[in-house]
Amino acid sequence: MTSLILRTGARVLMPLLLLFGVFLLLRGHNEPGGGFVGGLVVAAAYALHSFAFGVAAARRALLVSPRRLTASGLLLALGSGLLGPAGGKEFLASLWPAPEMGIGTPLLFDLGVFLVVIGVVLTMTFTLFEEL
Amino acid sequence: MELILAIAAGALYGTGFYMMLRRRLGQLIVGLGLLSNGTNLLIFTAGGLTRARAPIIAGDAQELARPYADPVPQALVLTAIVIGFGVLAFSLVLAHRVHIATGADDIEEIESGQ
Amino acid sequence: MNRLVLPLVIPLLTAIILLFAPRKALWQRWISFAGSIGLLAAAIALFLRIERDGIAVLQAGGWRAPFGITLVADLLAAMLVVAAGIVAVAVTATSFAGVDPKREASGYHPLLHVLFMGVCGAFLTGDLFNLYVWFEVMLVASFVLMALHRTRGQLEAAFKYVTLNLIASSVFLTALGLLYGGTGTLNLADLSTVFRGREMGAFELVLAMLFFSAFGIKAALFPLFFWLPASYHTPPAAVGAVFAGLLTKVGIYSLIRIFTLLFRDAPPGVYTLLLGQALCTMIVGLVGALAQRDFRRVLSFNLIGHLGYTSVGLALVTPAAMAGSILYILHHILVITNLYLVSGIFLRLRRTTQLAELGSMYRERPLAAALALIPVFSLAGVPPLSGFVGKVALLRATLEASAYWTSAAILVVGVLTLLSMGRLWEASFWKPAPNPEKAPLNRVILLPIAGLSAATLAITFAAEPLFTLALRAGEQLLRPEAYIEAVLYGGARR
Repeated sequence: MTSLILRTGARVLMPLLLLFGVFLLLRGHNEPGGGFVGGLVVAAAYALHSFAFGVAAARRALLVSPRRLTASGLLLALGSGLLGPAGGKEFLASLWPAPEMGIGTPLLFDLGVFLVVIGVVLTMTFTLFEEL
Repeated sequence: MELILAIAAGALYGTGFYMMLRRRLGQLIVGLGLLSNGTNLLIFTAGGLTRARAPIIAGDAQELARPYADPVPQALVLTAIVIGFGVLAFSLVLAHRVHIATGADDIEEIESGQ
Repeated sequence: MNRLVLPLVIPLLTAIILLFAPRKALWQRWISFAGSIGLLAAAIALFLRIERDGIAVLQAGGWRAPFGITLVADLLAAMLVVAAGIVAVAVTATSFAGVDPKREASGYHPLLHVLFMGVCGAFLTGDLFNLYVWFEVMLVASFVLMALHRTRGQLEAAFKYVTLNLIASSVFLTALGLLYGGTGTLNLADLSTVFRGREMGAFELVLAMLFFSAFGIKAALFPLFFWLPASYHTPPAAVGAVFAGLLTKVGIYSLIRIFTLLFRDAPPGVYTLLLGQALCTMIVGLVGALAQRDFRRVLSFNLIGHLGYTSVGLALVTPAAMAGSILYILHHILVITNLYLVSGIFLRLRRTTQLAELGSMYRERPLAAALALIPVFSLAGVPPLSGFVGKVALLRATLEASAYWTSAAILVVGVLTLLSMGRLWEASFWKPAPNPEKAPLNRVILLPIAGLSAATLAITFAAEPLFTLALRAGEQLLRPEAYIEAVLYGGARR
């Protein structure tokens, strides 16, 4: 499975995909994009990495275990929901400390979704690869 | 346009159920995928088709400029796609394990081998 | 903060903490148990508040209904959330008696809490699409819990479970799409005002039947129950207990919501159909139970049969019948969970639940037998236990509604249940076992069983106040004006 072409391609594509994923996440506020697609693109990048260099290498490149990623994502999303009541509003209400830059609790929530998607998709992909 | 999409959704349901009735793991999963996509298409069509802008209030306006597309069916479809994706990926993993455990692809063989 | 959101936040937070915490068994078990206690406490607080102040509403994000997602808790929802809390405590407590280490390492505890969150979310939501999302949360968690094991039988059962539930989800989603296309809203209270007094035409009937099939599969009602006995006997006892205790009840609960809010003015034919289905579920379930030779399969079929009882109230639409059904649901959640936990004792002692292999419990383990006696005979409806209370309430309601066939069926099925439970008791506790026990028993497993048995007894002793409460909940369901008022005009805060 590890041909030279795939490995070279993966090496070139990996940073591009990661950048594109983050770009989609940040773009998602008012335009097509968002945490889910962004997360999928990033997960696809690591899936590609595991195709080219094996699952162990992909796990190393990810730095954090998918389990931790999922947990952190859930925590961010839940935290963004709880900031509403902390600021005297309803659960999940949006707070906008810097609206002109698009920074607020929805971005935090989206970041959570981003991490959860990466974590869950990679858990499944890695499990499948390791079983094959 | 509604008619075409309605027929397409119907075709997806039909093929989806047909594939599920084939009693083979792989085809069962393809069937599930077709079924969930048929449902998504149906929600999208039933929500009303419009050639309109996204329902976002422009920066300098006070209210939404008409005509605009209803965001709810799109949000529903998006959520359904996300959930469908996750569940389908999971059933693939599961089918793979069933295949490893039983060495069979035919559902009848899987059952009788117990 | 609004208390309504706590039964959702606490399980999610527990799951997150469990994912971050060390994977050592003891850590995971204690955090999981503490989370369940927190859930139960939040549920009881919510229930007390609602019992005092009436229906509570939370508009998520401050978006007013019908534009945002609304969480609503009336008496029925609050009572069911409390029951879910009790089940959560009992099931997480069983893990102290030991869980398969491989299972525990691959996310058993966090998944359980995700499942509890899904169940509470389904009970508390006031929005149909949100209900779909909670269903999927619940299902994905249950899929993974079911498939964590890799023996052949378990995988096969998991695959059936997944396929049938996915089809049900598709049907549900189809109904949602059509409903939104036809009415432009998915908020239950708003839909209720839309459908009020409207003639049931083809559109409404198709919708009603789609919802009935979708929730009927989830609730394992006749003739859509076949997936349940094919899958519920394979997962470990604790997982089976949660599934049997809570998941099917969510289906029944959704049916109750849909038919009391949306299709209040359904033609009599629909109610005849519902009643027929309830009767068939009861009889087929119990006849099936008599034919089984495995402890957990007997339980599966009994579960189906008694789900028929819980849907009688739905078909008769009188407050008394609704109250009987509600009381029966509460009793059944506790008892069937307990019985699945009892099956865990056999799994530990003898590695099987085949009735032929069981026995001698009464002589060798009198304490366990005495504890198990309570749920077994409560399910059988022996007076004065909780099953008897629920059955009497239902029977009285059917007589008041002059539904004599239903009364007869309730009595016949009661006898069949007694027969089935008597056989179960004889085979698994009374008769001498063919082989000696294979493994020692960790006494800790008796604690949650004792707790649930005590809760069953509590229903017996508090029958009168509980019935009054169930009657109030039933009246709330059949006169949904207060519910609609609270959701649509109750303001964003409460």
